[in-house]
Amino acid sequence: MSFQINKLYYGDYGESKNGAADISTNQTNTAEWPLWEVFIRSKQGLDHKHAGSLHAADAAMAIENARDVYTRRMEGVSIWVVESKYIHASNPDEAGSLYDPANDKAYRHPTFYHLPEEVKYM
Amino acid sequence: MATMKNEIDFLLHLADNALIIGHRNSEWCGHGPILEQDIAITNIALDYIGQARNFYQHAAELINQHPIGIDITQSGKDIVLPATEDSLAYLRDVREFKNLLITEIPNGDWAHTTLRLFLLSEFELQLFTQLLQHTDAQVAAIAEKSIKELSYHVKWSQDWVLRLGDGTEESKQRMQAAIEAIWAYTGELFIQPEYATAACLNYAAIQTAWNKKVTAVFEEAGLHIPSKTFVQKGGADGMHTEHLGYILAEMQYLQRAYPNSEW
Repeated sequence: MSFQINKLYYGDYGESKNGAADISTNQTNTAEWPLWEVFIRSKQGLDHKHAGSLHAADAAMAIENARDVYTRRMEGVSIWVVESKYIHASNPDEAGSLYDPANDKAYRHPTFYHLPEEVKYM
Repeated sequence: MATMKNEIDFLLHLADNALIIGHRNSEWCGHGPILEQDIAITNIALDYIGQARNFYQHAAELINQHPIGIDITQSGKDIVLPATEDSLAYLRDVREFKNLLITEIPNGDWAHTTLRLFLLSEFELQLFTQLLQHTDAQVAAIAEKSIKELSYHVKWSQDWVLRLGDGTEESKQRMQAAIEAIWAYTGELFIQPEYATAACLNYAAIQTAWNKKVTAVFEEAGLHIPSKTFVQKGGADGMHTEHLGYILAEMQYLQRAYPNSEW
């Protein structure tokens, strides 16, 4: 009896075989540039948010491409890029066992505390 | 008045450079080697069209303020008055355009396109840095805005010269072929046009800085400067290659066939 173990990466879902994510992860298609994920921090934001993905030959080109593709309308003041193959994602088939158990545990929300009168603006 | 004519001619020279290189780069729109680079070069084209507009608008303003005695055309015809950015871009003929020849030669392959942009934008970066000291505050302001864009154009195009020059055997051969083809058009960059009389200009200093930068990048990329030194020149005085006419025919057709049409 043999099992096939598939390692899942971000972007694998919904991609056809040998689509962008496969090219990024299996390193066999050298004619295509790898896929990169782009994170942009906006002027107001403190955190980098996922903006999308793109192709580039290396990290320097990925940052330049991200500047041209994702900051054309003054969206950002800082860019992070990471090659997509380094992002590991949860398996959507396991969504039930991963997330549903939290459904009936409302006591985890911080809504059961009695706030003293003196504390305002909470 | 001679000084004013010189300034207007110089503004048109800068505007024409930006318009024609912007048009050439825009020809890649939808044809880039990969989506991300297609967007990159189209952004650069838009930067240049923006610079062209700024210079044309300022030139038009000066022309309209001083129309008497100003004959800004090479062919002796007076410009259409009142001048606007559109009339200057769309209603002047080939001989009246003052752009450098390097801006009008065809794109060729990606190596030709990126090398031309590197050689031109590094020159413009040096030139515009001098223009920050221009006595006309508007020119200095346009230069300041453009320098931010040009710095990126230099960085982006320089990366490509390094990538292709220091890449595969074929990419190196293509970049070297681009250098052989374009080098003859670089001499004109440093010939100071007669109308470039602003006190802040020093073309010899531009050439020194440009040589230093280009030599360093070529050395890092393993490319070499051609030994032949023939210089193609005349664009700044309205003597163009056969290519400019085709660009203008395409660019100006609509305004000439249907004057003042808008959409």
